[in-house]
Amino acid sequence: MAETAVSIQQVTKHFRLYHERGTSLKERFVKAGKSRYDELWALDDVSLDIEEGQTIGILGHNGSGKSTLLKCICGVLQPTSGQVVVRGTLAGLLELGAGFQPELSGRDNIYLNGSMLGLGKAEIDKVFDDIVRFSELEQFIDNQVKFYSSGMYVRLGFAVAVNVQPDILVIDEVLAVGDERFQRKCMDKIREFQEMGKTIIFVTQAAEQVRQICDKTMVLNKGKILTVGTPGHSIRIFRENLLEGGEGPGAAIVPGTADGEEIDRTIDFVPKEDDRPIRINNVTLDYPDKENVAYLKSGDPVSIHIGYDAEREVEDVVFSLTISDPRGETLLSTNTEYLKSHYDVAAGPGAFVFRFPTWPLLDGQYQVSVGIQNRHGGLVYDWKEDVVGIEVLYDGQAGGMLNLPIEASMATNSSQSKESA
Amino acid sequence: MTTDALASSNPGTEPSPPSGSDAGRPKVTRVVSSKITLGRRVKNIWDSRELLRNLISTEIKVKYKGSVLGLLWSMVAPAMTLVIFWFVFGVVLRNGIPNFVIFLFSGLLFWNFFQLGVQTATGIIVARSGIVKKVAFPREILALACVGTAGVFLFFQTIVLVIFMVVLGASPDWPMVPLLFVTIFGVALISSALGIALSAINVYLRDMSHLIEVILTAWFWACPIVYSYASSIAPHLHHQFLKILYLLNPMTPVVLTSQRVIYATTYIHLTTGKHPGQQILPTWSSGTFILMNLGIVAFGLILMVIALIIFGRLEGNFAEEL
Repeated sequence: MAETAVSIQQVTKHFRLYHERGTSLKERFVKAGKSRYDELWALDDVSLDIEEGQTIGILGHNGSGKSTLLKCICGVLQPTSGQVVVRGTLAGLLELGAGFQPELSGRDNIYLNGSMLGLGKAEIDKVFDDIVRFSELEQFIDNQVKFYSSGMYVRLGFAVAVNVQPDILVIDEVLAVGDERFQRKCMDKIREFQEMGKTIIFVTQAAEQVRQICDKTMVLNKGKILTVGTPGHSIRIFRENLLEGGEGPGAAIVPGTADGEEIDRTIDFVPKEDDRPIRINNVTLDYPDKENVAYLKSGDPVSIHIGYDAEREVEDVVFSLTISDPRGETLLSTNTEYLKSHYDVAAGPGAFVFRFPTWPLLDGQYQVSVGIQNRHGGLVYDWKEDVVGIEVLYDGQAGGMLNLPIEASMATNSSQSKESA
Repeated sequence: MTTDALASSNPGTEPSPPSGSDAGRPKVTRVVSSKITLGRRVKNIWDSRELLRNLISTEIKVKYKGSVLGLLWSMVAPAMTLVIFWFVFGVVLRNGIPNFVIFLFSGLLFWNFFQLGVQTATGIIVARSGIVKKVAFPREILALACVGTAGVFLFFQTIVLVIFMVVLGASPDWPMVPLLFVTIFGVALISSALGIALSAINVYLRDMSHLIEVILTAWFWACPIVYSYASSIAPHLHHQFLKILYLLNPMTPVVLTSQRVIYATTYIHLTTGKHPGQQILPTWSSGTFILMNLGIVAFGLILMVIALIIFGRLEGNFAEEL
């Protein structure tokens, strides 16, 4: 068994949120004992052992305590009680380029930032070229950082953090910055880290990213651990928790449903518990020879049945469907609104079917998520994450993922001569 | 591989520094908790010495970047003070101290080191709240970097002093010069301790940085820098008690040592007139000075322990107070 890299032991963090806080001597004495504040338990008895080489995702809404936990792991915050034991060097990306000194050149900042992460000069010398190459700032490395664009700033920050070879990398939603190409480069670097057996702790609200890179996921809600488990399991709990509590970030700001307004369909808009007239009962697959085999042949038709129960008659219902690949990347995300069909649901049980006349994907296990929502304002009545898996078998020979109709033949003479001309 | 997952109870474990090569490098264990032992605190600071060095050089580079005279500016302000005091006390008020510039400079040198260190350190945590909230490192390093920066200026001012001495033909008491390194160490300890404690307090009471400015101004006049201890103060301290009280100011023995070593003239005989001569520096033996300086270092160490304890108490809530 791998050794523990980070051990979070009964960590509790307690904040006082002052309504108005005096920080001058006079105010402190005049108002002594009078300052009004709210107590906030940002973390409540959180324990978790993270093994060496694991990639842990921490999922949670705003205010769930995930950033506080990360700060405790990094050592920026001290827990009120409990402790975090960290074995190995740790590089925290709480904010890229934090600690950069704008007046200094990129070169000097690499040394400054490197020593902040605990490296000596000789060690930074060794990785200096890698850092510059990764950040793609060769031409600008002797310019003052204050003249850098924000993208350059972030690139340099990330480059330093990942190239100082920490044993543990801590990332707090920083991958949302930089251009797409650099983001991909960051993800590649993270995968490289995983292959090197390093420990990664990753905090995000984006379930998709968790599914892509994490081995294990912890869901935090109001400072407490909701669950720890596989990403699929945790994401389900995370999304269902949004539904149960009805207190997700979107719940409080359900947008106006005036007709003609653009409809936002993010699934974070969740109704209150008592306002969920439709529930999904079961989701099943139907494909040829289902009774005998547990897999679908590539190219065969497949139907996804969504069984639901409606408490009352509901108008303007939208059924949605998401298919993701074995690595967690979304392949298809659609709904009946996009498909230009319109449904009202009668009270009582019912079923809805999405049917693919042919299944165009090659071997692999594909995950299906389904949802039912309101056409206006994107209110989600119910959502089932990764509710069924489609096991696909391709009996031909091909690499990749897509099973596209394809024709192969020798080119005609005329076109050949055109090509050679 | 260290396996002491609970090294907090054992701060003496010797973690090897990261070696760059990845395979089998020993893992350093770090504990984040509100209860960190003093020993571990000191060790964390020691492990961050590279950062300290970088912060000091950053501070100096940033301060004089884009200024034509660069580091020379660090000497202009003290030189101005020197000229003013020399003019007021030496020329206008005629205090009768020969080579008054050297006398003044020898005291100011250490005072400037002390004052600059304490004053900049007091505001540093608030000034650097950005990184304090985002990057983990022993925060005491920030205050230490301020004292270190002041140390660099001390070095430059010493060069100026040497030039003055050569020009004026003054020579120090050579056998006692090594004692100055003990003095410097003592002052560095005291100003670091004060800086560390005040920087933390300033997070909670923001006007500490203004208050310390006022205190330092008064403190300056409590030290025999622009006046002579032996001729101006000692004769008025009739009670032994008053004398001890005056000498309890840790900067007084510092200034006296510096004057004794650099200025070196303890007594002047006036060849003209009936005047019997003038006592400028106390006629203590060199052994007394050595003991006095060891006392300063010991005092600095005690102060440092107290400062680290205070800092440890207050540090936990920095992120929410800033």
